[in-house]
Amino acid sequence: MSAALMTLTGVSRSFGGLKAVQDVSLAVPQGSLTALIGPNGAGKTTLFALMSGFLIPDSGRIEFDGQDITGRAPDLNARQGLARTFQIVQPFAAQTVRENIAVGAHLHEPRRVAALAAAEAVAQRVGLAAQLDKPAADLTVAGRKRLELARALATQPKLLLLDEVLAGLNPQEIGDMIPVVRGIAQSGVTVLMIEHVMQAVMNLAEHVWVLAQGQLIAQGSPAEVTSDAAVIEAYLGHGTAAKLRRQAAAAAAAGDVA
Amino acid sequence: MTDLFILFPSILNGLTTGAVYALIALGLTLIYGVLHIINFAHGAALMLALYGVYWLKEAAGIDPYLALPIMVPAMFMLGYGLQRGVINRASHGKDENILLVTLGLSIVMENLALLFFKSDTRTIETAYTLTTVPIDIGFAQAMIALPKLVAFGGALVASVVLILIVGRTDLGRAIRAVAKEKHGAKLMGIDVEHVYAMSFGIGLACLGAAACFLLPAYYVNPQVGNGFVLVAFTIVVLGGMGSFSGALLGGLLIGVVESLGGLLLGESLGQIGIFLLFIAVLLFRPQGLFGAKA
Amino acid sequence: MTDGTRTRMPALHKELLRIAIFAVGVALLLNVLDSGVALNFVMMALYAALLAQAWNILGGYGGQFSFGHALFFGTGAYVQAIAQIDGGLNPWLAMPLGVLASAGVGVFVGALSFRYGLKGSYFALVTLAFAEVFRIVALSVPFTGAGVGLMVPLREGFGNMQFGSRRGFALMVLGLVVLALLVTCWLRHSRFGAYLQAVRDNEDAARAAGVNPFRIKLGAIALSGGFMGAGGAFYVQAFQYIDPGIAYGAHTSVEALVGAIVGGMGTLWGPLIGALALHVLADLTRNLFGQLPGINMVIYGVVLVLMILFAPRGLGGLGRSVRELWKGRTK
Repeated sequence: MSAALMTLTGVSRSFGGLKAVQDVSLAVPQGSLTALIGPNGAGKTTLFALMSGFLIPDSGRIEFDGQDITGRAPDLNARQGLARTFQIVQPFAAQTVRENIAVGAHLHEPRRVAALAAAEAVAQRVGLAAQLDKPAADLTVAGRKRLELARALATQPKLLLLDEVLAGLNPQEIGDMIPVVRGIAQSGVTVLMIEHVMQAVMNLAEHVWVLAQGQLIAQGSPAEVTSDAAVIEAYLGHGTAAKLRRQAAAAAAAGDVA
Repeated sequence: MTDLFILFPSILNGLTTGAVYALIALGLTLIYGVLHIINFAHGAALMLALYGVYWLKEAAGIDPYLALPIMVPAMFMLGYGLQRGVINRASHGKDENILLVTLGLSIVMENLALLFFKSDTRTIETAYTLTTVPIDIGFAQAMIALPKLVAFGGALVASVVLILIVGRTDLGRAIRAVAKEKHGAKLMGIDVEHVYAMSFGIGLACLGAAACFLLPAYYVNPQVGNGFVLVAFTIVVLGGMGSFSGALLGGLLIGVVESLGGLLLGESLGQIGIFLLFIAVLLFRPQGLFGAKA
Repeated sequence: MTDGTRTRMPALHKELLRIAIFAVGVALLLNVLDSGVALNFVMMALYAALLAQAWNILGGYGGQFSFGHALFFGTGAYVQAIAQIDGGLNPWLAMPLGVLASAGVGVFVGALSFRYGLKGSYFALVTLAFAEVFRIVALSVPFTGAGVGLMVPLREGFGNMQFGSRRGFALMVLGLVVLALLVTCWLRHSRFGAYLQAVRDNEDAARAAGVNPFRIKLGAIALSGGFMGAGGAFYVQAFQYIDPGIAYGAHTSVEALVGAIVGGMGTLWGPLIGALALHVLADLTRNLFGQLPGINMVIYGVVLVLMILFAPRGLGGLGRSVRELWKGRTK
């Protein structure tokens, strides 16, 4: 594994009596495509919020690209190359797709025309070129997810935190999106994704962390993790592991789409 | 001891005004707690109510206290109608629209009053306007105008009635349900639109009562609402948005602070004190002294 | 091909051209008009437009509704007056001072409000409270002339920013309006403007994209306050008088926001259209009903309520809806 782009050391965060994240330590290798999984309410999105600076940890350290960014504001982190998407998509509804993406592009491009052009290029990459002049509010869920991705991509991140970018998509749309994510990772961006869609996790992730009730209960390759007894129990379900292994075999047999 | 002797009448006056402030603020709190809107038209509505009481006295000779059974239902109906007919329709689902619509309504109300009643300040004369009552607590004495005492008592009674309605009746239960969880309440079969309008109506009905208690000891002109609305907001924010006990205690507190402030710093600076307190609370402790975070 | 229902925003050069045409057109109109009544009408309409444009910067593009925008107006006005009367400063020098002062007050109020995360109703309330505080202070303090107000002595001449006829003042306020148009145009085609609208539409998403909402909002309130201050300074020159009620009163605050909302918040021409429409309406009312106290404001209030009820995107939005409907029918 290459050097770590982001390291968490003993990060914890509580809300009142609820321990949302407990003593989590992990290291995201540079250039990797990794996943963070776990049952609902495990604290995954909270962890993303802590990583990106939307929440300040009660304890622990967060390092990114060699710097201590614990508690640093999200916009500063974005400028350093740390971008995130939101589980519940947050478009600038009144603005067009192009204008939406341009906000991200402006991070490195102060001129308006150039930023709009950069936005168009990013839209091509994620397959939104046909909708550039549509108001964001008119997009389907799938479109909005891509928009979210595009806007984050436009900030030219080193690390991209994707929060359930496949949630709410039908199997066709998922099949379309997976190559896009892979393409981003292959272009040099380190990607960490929160995902429930196991097809994507098995397909894409090199390394998986499993969060349950705020704690890291397992980590390893997708195959290792999904056969881990603790993980299976956390997800509640006898036979879940077997089912997943069958799915993974089928996906590998069908061959990669990209 | 001598200080208290001087301050005592001021404190008493403050308490009587404060009770009326509390009643006004309670209406605002109810509206905010249920509809989650800041009713910018609250002051103008109070002003209309005051003119209502004034007109009933001047034109029909009805004593303000006897006007209660007229003003309270009338203001209730005005509130119900405004919410159901205008404010609800104007929201289009966006909070900012409600902000602007209540502002628009307040502008219309205030200037209609200006149009019809001109800008003169008006007062009423009753048999008891000048009667004073001595209050003696041993180490301090004061003479309090009877209308103010009645205002104190009446406002407190009205406040208690309101709190009881919300706490003990079926309507109150529906109101609290809608305030807490609108969609769940709807699924339970509660007519949310109706509850909204009822809440707004009750909020304005409080103003009707407050006006009846206020006018004998006070005055009315088209701008009087402005002064009250910011004080009412200060109380609501201070007491904690959505907290009845907070509004009640806050009202009394503000009344006393304003009275003492006016005594020690002069009228204008006293008023500024209230506004600065308001700004400070908004900035540093928006949840108020009693409320949960808004 | 795109099936976008929204036309692309006009390119920068197109908008600049339109602004130029507007500027030249109105300037020509002002040179042709002779009657004092007509010149005064145009001047007051442009003045109302300036206030609306100022409010639009913070309210329309920034999404922060100020209900006490008179705060900045009054500051600019009093600085303009006091700098001349007590400081003996030439009005042309006093005006930038007034603008700076009002922008400064904007930064102060903004820094407090935005630092503590005030939004929506709370922000509106705070601006209202600040305006009231300033009004009461102006009412009580001697150097603002207290309740009596301040009068700027009559000293006609271009060098003294007191023009013989309304034409001069109308041209001056036209200049300010055009400046506001240019700044608004800049907002629509710049990174600052893109960031400002992003913060308005979704602050968290903006932060994730690298925007510092606090700094952006401060910039907006400074710009908005500055233009309001210019309006205040202009008022003092045109009417040679200011008092607390005019300076910090509700009327001025309402005039600023109603024009922008009626015309269409967050648009380039909306505030101008709205202010003009309201001004015409007010004038018509005056001709029909005479000079009744409060009638103007009643109209403003009613129009505001009706707009929110039926056309929340303002007249400009109505225009856009009509265009979209037409496009749909001809498809």
